[in-house]
Formats: sequence, structure tokens, C-alpha cells
Amino acid sequence: MTAARALLHSWLPPVVAAVVILGGWEVLLAVIRPDGFVLPPPSDIGGAAIENFDAIVGATGVTGFIIVTGLIAGVVVGAAFAVLVTAFRAANETLTPLAVAVNAVPIIALAPIFNAWFGLLSPRSNQAVVVVLVFFPIFINTARGLTQVEPSQVELMESYGAGRWRIMREVRIPNAMPFFFTALKLATSLAVIAAIVAEYFGGRQDALGNLITNSAGLTRYNDAWAAVLAGSLVGIGLYALAVLIERLVMPWYFVARRSA
Amino acid sequence: MNGASPAASASSAAGAPPATGAQPPAVEVRGASKIFNLGRHNEVKALADIDLLIDQGDFVTLIGPSGCGKSTLLRLIAALVAPSDGTVAVNGKAADAARLDRDYSMVFQRAGLFEWRNVTRNIELPLELMGWKAADRRRRSAEMLELVKLTEFARHHPAELSGGMQQRIAIARAMSFHPQLLLMDEPFGALDEMTREHMQNELLRIWSETQITVVFVTHSIAEAVFLSTKVAVMSPRPGRIAAVIDNDLGPRTDATRDDPAFFANVTAVRDALRGGHRR
Amino acid sequence: MKSESGPPVEAMIDSVSPASNAEVDDPIVFEQILRQQASREQRRDRMRRTARQVVVLAVFVCLLGLAYSLYKVVGTSIDDAQSSWPVIGSILPESDDLKMPPLPDIISGIFDEPRGTNEPFWLIVGKEAAFTLREAAVGFAIGVVVGLSIAIVLTTSGRLERALVPHVIASQTIPLIAIAPIIVIWGRKSFDFLPFEWQDWMSVSIIATYLTFFPVTINGLRGLQSPRPENLELMDSYAARWIQTLWRLRLPASLPYLFAAFKIAATASVVGAIVGEISAGVKGGLGRRVLLEAQRYTTGPERLYVAVLGAAALGIFVFAAISSIEYALVGRKGRQTVT
Ligand SMILES: Nc1ncnc2c1ncn2[C@@H]1O[C@H](COP(=O)(O)OP(=O)(O)OP(=O)(O)O)[C@@H](O)[C@H]1O
Ligand SMILES: [Mg+2]
Repeated sequence: MTAARALLHSWLPPVVAAVVILGGWEVLLAVIRPDGFVLPPPSDIGGAAIENFDAIVGATGVTGFIIVTGLIAGVVVGAAFAVLVTAFRAANETLTPLAVAVNAVPIIALAPIFNAWFGLLSPRSNQAVVVVLVFFPIFINTARGLTQVEPSQVELMESYGAGRWRIMREVRIPNAMPFFFTALKLATSLAVIAAIVAEYFGGRQDALGNLITNSAGLTRYNDAWAAVLAGSLVGIGLYALAVLIERLVMPWYFVARRSA
Repeated sequence: MNGASPAASASSAAGAPPATGAQPPAVEVRGASKIFNLGRHNEVKALADIDLLIDQGDFVTLIGPSGCGKSTLLRLIAALVAPSDGTVAVNGKAADAARLDRDYSMVFQRAGLFEWRNVTRNIELPLELMGWKAADRRRRSAEMLELVKLTEFARHHPAELSGGMQQRIAIARAMSFHPQLLLMDEPFGALDEMTREHMQNELLRIWSETQITVVFVTHSIAEAVFLSTKVAVMSPRPGRIAAVIDNDLGPRTDATRDDPAFFANVTAVRDALRGGHRR
Repeated sequence: MKSESGPPVEAMIDSVSPASNAEVDDPIVFEQILRQQASREQRRDRMRRTARQVVVLAVFVCLLGLAYSLYKVVGTSIDDAQSSWPVIGSILPESDDLKMPPLPDIISGIFDEPRGTNEPFWLIVGKEAAFTLREAAVGFAIGVVVGLSIAIVLTTSGRLERALVPHVIASQTIPLIAIAPIIVIWGRKSFDFLPFEWQDWMSVSIIATYLTFFPVTINGLRGLQSPRPENLELMDSYAARWIQTLWRLRLPASLPYLFAAFKIAATASVVGAIVGEISAGVKGGLGRRVLLEAQRYTTGPERLYVAVLGAAALGIFVFAAISSIEYALVGRKGRQTVT
């Protein structure tokens, strides 16, 4: 009963909104039918997706592999680096602001340089773009979470004679969890965009980015949108996975709070 | 004179028709109850069967154990939450109408000043909302600063003030448009003992200078007895008014805190609270 | 009270001389002096920190150059390493002068005049950066307006928020950048009603907008919801209208969150502009330059490096600009680090 109510509470509104958005879009296009078909109605996109199902799934597999591997590598390296750097105050105070500044660099522009390094047709260069792009938000946010702890909590642990590593495990890492997951969720959509755009410069020719570019180049907009949709589904799937892990790892964070 | 009267007699007093020609009572709560999250797994019965009558010019404290619904009762009077059952009237009007008429003003446990506004602009906030002209606002906020004796801090920002000073600004803000009723939810709860006593004296001074009605929530028996003309003792789960104790100690001075009558009433309130716990 | 976030107590006491201490017996005034001292200290601290960051960035760039050169030395022999250390050899690329042009070449590439031009390369890249900056700035401005409007609409109802936030998030997984050419075509067709002539760079701005509105919406929503419940109740108790609560409480309270979002959005707008140009084939900007130099890489690898450095500089410039505006407007207090 209460589970059903909770489901209704949190799932019904977005589903209704999706139906309204898609239906409105479909109806609007049916009524005014603009020339050019830049934004085809959902039914046309769906039709194109079914028609090119094999090609799209294949391309999504290729790009999806790059996204997932790059994401994992970037997250692991970024989080590990954050733990390492925040263990030393001086390193943290110099490297974290630096990372914040470097994070403002449009990393995707590095794609052609990575292509030169790893080979024009190698997926390695696309993975490298994803890794670097994911690394920065993960590192910065995790480092913040590890350092912005309640001083009294650290003092409490110290009063129990806890060592540095113990404090890291009991106070800093739990404190950093919400920060980390915020970055992780951000990183999922970044990774998708990065992988697809990097494919514009090179990498495997049977990947999603090329499918989109080629379809658009041939003015087959329905096919292009269908491929875009596939990329978006990968992003949504990864985001949902991140949310799921977040809920499993820190259930305490989602207990409703109330004002005093 | 300092005897505890049971809740029943308090409500029978409430039942008496207001004297003809007299002002309506400041607050009149009848048969009010409040249930949060009705029908959900986290349903809370916060208040049950509350009858409370507060006359104009009274200083009433609500006291009771944590979670007994003091804040909820205050919010009910302020029409910030609606009762699940029963009625709440302020100055003879429905509570929500009184809110829209700005009959009352609230002070919370945290001063809750807007940190991006300086002290003057914080005090002027309600006046701005009511569309006062800038010159009138300036004049009134200067008056209020004088009232709380913080004139020299007019241009400071809240972060530059101590907790007690912030709370005085919050009181000045609440009083700025001369409301007839002041609702205070543990306003001195976060202050140290010295500041607290100082603030109590200040509040009593302001109260006697302005003839305002005050409903004051506190955890402290001594504070309740020192400040108020009546102490409403609440019992928990669901919150009820266990007793309303008349507390007529006359004009307060620092000597009042050492007065035997003061201690007698402290004991009376403590006994009423114990009774509340046992239930 | 805010004092937790201030400097340590020792520092504050340190800075009050015993003489002034003796004169001030009013505790409130004494507290005042302490607080003023503290805020002065904080300002000085901030200046020092900024100076240090600039130095650190410079040192970092030098170290990057050094690492680059070192890797070149090691990487040239990685060919052999591939057989002896298969794992490292397959992850790390080998290097040669084409893959990694020598550092001096890159530096002189900044100042050389490319064939067919009579301007130093840095000036060409700089002009193109200005072009891209305009695209990004327009995209940023529209993105801020759109993003904040959405956030304000979403705060009006919890149900609306639950209904639409998932879609706002999902919108960011749509790689709109990849279909930039379609956007450009669409822009040419659809905006003929405007009083000015629609230009392709404006379509790139739309792509930038698509990336910028998102952080503004998400952080704006958080900021608009950040006032403490008792502050909202206070406004209710004054029977304040919705718009009054928005203007006097919710918006000021969300400023720190918004600036955090603006910094992200500014970076994103540069990314959107560069990548949009590349994907849409819009001429005149930095993205186009990167693509061009990538295509003729073999005849001048150092120019690609310079172009990418230009893109990096633009990103950092925009970030620094927003940070300084934030500092000027919000000051040291209330800076928020949420993302
Ligand atoms: N908005 C709300 N939603 C759900 N339950 C609430 C809400 N407000 C109060 N309650 C519940 O109502 C009861 C009374 O709360 P209230 O805050 O009025 O107590 P209180 O007497 O003010 O306590 P304290 O002295 O600790 O401030 C508590 O059990 C509380 O959990
Ligand atoms: Mg309370």
C-alpha cells in the first residue's frame, strides 16, 4: 500500500510529463508540419530506430564500450587521486585549486591530439578523452568532500585515538560520498557527450558518433535522431545505475529530514 | 493566587462569552488537534483537544517536554499549519485572516536574519512587504533599533553580530510594524545564561512599554515563571494542555529571581510537568 | 552563527594588541573589533591565495612542458618497450616528432606567421577565440535566463519538480552537439522572423545554451529551495506574496549556488561553442581552427597544439572572469562549493 503510494508519488509525475511532452510534440508536428523535418515527430524517430535496429545497436555497443571503460577508469583514477592528494595538506591546497582551473579547459578539444598520439582509428584516443573529462569533476568533488568535514567529527575521532587512515575511513570518506555521487551522475552524461564528439575526430568508423554524422550528412534526419536517442539511452542507463548505486551505498542520505 | 488550575477550568474560562464591549481575546483555540501525515506510515498525532484562551495584554508561556507539540501549537495560532480539527481564532478572526491582516509577528529559535541584508534592512523587511514608504521605514527601523538598544549597529551585517544581538534584531524586526501579538518559539534557546537573562529583562521591558500580547514557547521552567502572566503546561503524545498556571508575580526585577513566590511557582510548574510525564 | 567558517580563534586574538584590549571593556564593542580584524585578515588571506594560485598555475604549465619533453625522450623508445612490457606498452603511446612536436617548435609556432598570412599565429588564434567567446557568451546569457526561469517554475510545485527534473537531467544525455549541422540548418530556416539576419554562429550559441541551462536549473533549484524552513515561515507569517518571497528571500539565498552554476555553465558554454563549431562546420572560430589544424596535422603539428592551448586559455579565462565577478558581487562570504 505505502510502496504503491511512494511509486505513485515519485514515478507517476515524470511518466505523465513524458507522455505529455511526446504527445504534444507529435501532435504539434502533425498540425503545423514544418518543412525540413529538422525535428521529426517521435513516431518517425521510432520507425527509423526499428528500421536500422541492427546498425544502431552495433554502433551503440562500440561507443558504449568506450564510454563505460573510460568512465570506470576516470572514476577510479579520480577518486583514488583525491584520497591520495587530500592525505597531504600541502598537496591538497595546491593541487585542488589547480584542478579546478584546469577543469575549465575544454577537454574535448584535446581529441585530435590524442588521435595523433594513439592513432587516428584507435578507440584508445576516444577512451582517453572520456577518462580525462571524467577525471576532473570526480577528483575535484571527492577532494572537497574529503576535506570539508565537520571539524568536531575529526576531533571526536582524534579523542578516541583514531589514526589518520581510520579518520579517513570513518569520517572523511562517508562525508565525501554525496559529493562523489554528485560528480558521478554528472560524469555519466559528460562521458556520453565526450565519446560521441571525440568520434568526430577519429576512432572506429562503426561507432555511434559516425553514424549520427553520416546520417545527418545524408539528410537522413530520422536516422540521425534515432542514433542520438540510442546515445541518450546509454546516458540515462548509466545515470540510473549511478543513482541505484548511490541509494545502495548511502541509504542514510535519503532519509527525509525535518526542520526542528 | 499561584495555584495550578486544571485544564478543564481553563477551557471553561474560554467558554465564557467575552465581556460586552471588550476587545475579543487575543487567541482563542477550541478543540484543536493536529495530525501530521494522516494515513501514512509516518503519521504523528502532534496535538489533541487543545483549548486555550489568551487575553489581550497577556504574556503566556507554553512549556512542556521536547516533541510535545509546542511549536506546532504556535504554528497553528500563526496559521502556518492548519488544524486537523477544531478552530483557531486570533483577535476574533479566523487565524488565517489574522495572518493576512498581519495581526501577529513571529520570532524563531534561530534569529533567521537574512545575511545579505544589513541590520536596518532586516528590520525593515516586513515594512517593505507591506509597501511602506522608504522614509517611514527608516524612521520606524531607527525607533526599533533604539528599542533593542543596537542603534550603532544599523549598518552591520548579521554575520558581524553575536547570537544575542542577532536575536534582538529579530525581535526588532518582529515588532517593527507594531503587531498586537508576538509569537515566540524558544527565542532565547540558543543563548548563554547571562545573555538570556539580559534578553528576558529586555523583552519584559518592551512588553510593558508596548502592551503587546505575547505567546512564548520555552523549555525552561525558570524562564517561563520569570516572564509570563500565565504558564500553559503541556503533556506529550499527543500534546495536550495539562494545566494553566496563573503566575502573578507583579513587576519583575532582578530580585524577582530570588523571590519565594517565584520559587513557589517554579515548583508548581515542575509538579504540573511531572504529572504530564506520568500520563 | 557563522564563526565556524572564520579563521582560527588564535589568529583573531593574536591580532588585537593588549593596549586596545585594555581600553575596550564593553564586550560587544570588543567582539566588534575582533570581527573586523578577522574580516581584514580574511581579505589579506584571499589575496595571498590568489597570488599563490597564479604562481602554481605557472609552475604547473612549466612542469607540464617538462613532463612532455621527458615523455618524448622515453616514449621514442617505447617501440622496443612494447615487447618487453606489453601492458604499459599498449596503454602508453610511443612518441616521435610528428606525434609530439618538440617544445621549442610549439613555442615558436605561437609566434610564427603561418604561410599565406602576415599575422603571428597567436593573433590569428586570439581573434578566433574572440569569435568563439561571442558565441559562448550569447549561449551563456540565454542559458542563464532559460535555466533560471525553469528553476523558478519548478519551485512553484513539488509535483511539477518531480515531473520535470528527470527530463531536465535526461536532456543532458542527448548529445545535441552531434547533430549541430541539423541545428544550423534549422536555425537558418526558423528564425527569419527576427529583426536581424540569423547567422550560423547564433545556432552554435543555441548549442552552447543547451549545455549551459542545465547547471543553472539544477543549482538554481537547489538554491531557491535553500532558505531554512523558518525563513520561509517568516515570510508566510508576514503574508508575503509568492513573488515577494522569491525576490526577497529565495533569489538572494540562491546567489552562492547560482555562481557555482555560472562557473560550470561558463565552461560548458565554451565547450558547446567550440564543439558546435566543429560539428556544424561554422567558420571563424577556435573550434574550426582546431579541426583545420587536425586535418593538416602532418604539415604543422605544432599549430594544432597552439590552437588547443588557445582553447584551454579561453576556458580558463572565462572561468576566471566569472570567479572575479562572483567575488566582486558576493564577496568572500557565502561562497558555495556545491556543483
Ligand atoms: N511538519 C511536520 N511533519 C511531520 N511531523 C511533524 C511536523 N512538525 C512536527 N511534527 C511532529 O509533531 C510532534 C510535535 O512537534 P513540535 O515541533 O511541535 O514539538 P515541540 O514541542 O516544539 O518540540 P521541541 O521542544 O523539541 O521544539 C513531534 O512528534 C514532531 O515529530
Ligand atoms: Mg519546537
